Amino acid sequence: MYTIREERVSNKPKDNREGAVTSRRRFLQAGIAGGATLATAAMARAEGDPLITEVQDWNRYLGAGVDETPYGMPSEYEAHVVRRDVPWLTADPVSSVNFTPLHELDGIITPNGLCFERHHGGTAIIDPADHRLMINGLVDTPLVFTMQDLMRFPRENRVYFLECAANSGMEWRGSQLNGCQFTHGMVHCVVYTGVPLKHLLAEAGVKTSGKWVLAEGADASAMTRSIPMEKALDDCLVAFKMNGEALRPEQGYPVRLVVPGWEGNMWVKWLRRLEVGDQPWAQREETSKYTDLLANGKARRHTWVMDVKSVITSPSPQAPITHGRGQTVISGLAWSGYGTIKRVDVSLDGGRNWHEARIDGPSLPKALHRFYYDFNWDGSELLLQSRAIDERGYIQPTKNELRAARGENSIYHNNGIQTWYVQADGVVENVEVS
Amino acid sequence: DHDGVFGLGRVATDDEIAAWDIDVRPDGTGLPVGRGTVADGEVLYTDNCAVCHGDFGEAVGRWPVLAGGHDTLTDERPEKTIGSYWPYLSTVYDYVRRAMPFGNARSLSDDDVYAITAYLLYLNDIVDDENFELSNENFAEVRLPNEDNFIPDDRLKEPHYADKKEACMTDCKPGPVEITMRARVLDVTPEGGDDDESV
Repeated sequence: MYTIREERVSNKPKDNREGAVTSRRRFLQAGIAGGATLATAAMARAEGDPLITEVQDWNRYLGAGVDETPYGMPSEYEAHVVRRDVPWLTADPVSSVNFTPLHELDGIITPNGLCFERHHGGTAIIDPADHRLMINGLVDTPLVFTMQDLMRFPRENRVYFLECAANSGMEWRGSQLNGCQFTHGMVHCVVYTGVPLKHLLAEAGVKTSGKWVLAEGADASAMTRSIPMEKALDDCLVAFKMNGEALRPEQGYPVRLVVPGWEGNMWVKWLRRLEVGDQPWAQREETSKYTDLLANGKARRHTWVMDVKSVITSPSPQAPITHGRGQTVISGLAWSGYGTIKRVDVSLDGGRNWHEARIDGPSLPKALHRFYYDFNWDGSELLLQSRAIDERGYIQPTKNELRAARGENSIYHNNGIQTWYVQADGVVENVEVS
Repeated sequence: DHDGVFGLGRVATDDEIAAWDIDVRPDGTGLPVGRGTVADGEVLYTDNCAVCHGDFGEAVGRWPVLAGGHDTLTDERPEKTIGSYWPYLSTVYDYVRRAMPFGNARSLSDDDVYAITAYLLYLNDIVDDENFELSNENFAEVRLPNEDNFIPDDRLKEPHYADKKEACMTDCKPGPVEITMRARVLDVTPEGGDDDESV
């Protein structure tokens, strides 16, 4: 992102009072709409709810036949659940990013059409009959595979999160974007079906001097990243399905690399070549980009793993509390590139006191975990935080701890604890706290 | 046509490998035979690159800055360019040949890329002679200023990871927590589709 001109990410006016007023008005309008709903509900209780006492259209007239939508789409009432972009982040929408609507989702699986996109040369459109995958370099036999060849290797199904290295990168200097879709939505989690990379490498025969694999895409950016052989032989997949169906074009159709737990940039889409070598290649995406500048002017490279992280997805700025005080569900996501999430804690008071949340659903290594904290909201202001702990015992740090260690110009790998300020009217805001 | 665990795929031909394997390593491995001068590069750069990157690598609009930014890496707003940040010249050659010009990748000849790379060195004050010629033979002699400033990933040595304490659960901060920054004041978040507050 931030690739194109990361330094502009934070060049926004720091005290745009006029804008703040405009934004405030919008939130108030949202609040008024919520109040009207409550009033209608109260009247309904007194006289009998017409939605019950009167026959509704959908109860009288026939619905659509089974051939109406050969490929089904979400309800029209879910039209707001879409990927969003932030135009000022990048110079151009082709080498850019958009964001998964985390605030509207639940469970751990991201619907294919909502998985965030990150391209460097746009979405390549490739007929699978025209696609080839080459293995060359330090191998006994350089090979070319067709998609049909790839479909004949033994397969695996695995659930993994894919997080952009720059997820939350706009927040290094402080609260900037108001919504977890924007602050944390460069992540998705699907079931991948694919061939273990080790099978393809074995087919070509890796020479003993082969210590690194260069993965290359077929798109106009010809994306390349160096991957150590140990990782390539461990759990990488060459995947052609996501959530049971073919990859979406924007996710690398017909085939992409899956690099579990590691930064999304390495998950090369439209994968066309794997080269075996004895040293890393120092490609643009591992020198100019995806290196992490520290306060002392040094920069880390090869920061592959995505650290332990979490975020409360609701309530959040795009998902305010509209039901008033009383029983309230806090819902969120946690993940770690080192394995499973062991525990998630939730704070209501900005990190002074913590309560253990409830992880529900599958707990799979290097996958999203869903957590809940159910509580009785008394209508007072809250400073919500979540803190994940992974199976290795790594505890999600605060943003201030990260800044103390790294400064504010790392761009990537911001896994700091997020704070949401819940106001008495249920409006929620992205804030930083002392 | 080959042995193998599964007997799948076929042997890649030399021409096929040559067509796709264009990567260049810092030690110069992968460089094609060729050459180009700063003066040649200026013409090519002006025709193919300056519309986005500016006549002097200073960039137009929000397109990437390619030159300048020396000694800014510890500044509040670092300017990370080829000259100020990139470790290896090989990456310049490789990336320009692989992915530039944006929207017309793979359109430059190997000699064109040598010339443009030479000109980028000139724009970054790494060479000062317009007659300087970069070739596969002298390429590895050129070093970029920031090569030594890249370090391995040592995140797990940071205190918050290295000290695997029990997470504090109760009275973890003294006194009430104060809000120190609010995204709404900044107000750069896109809202509905009908407005543009995104600056």
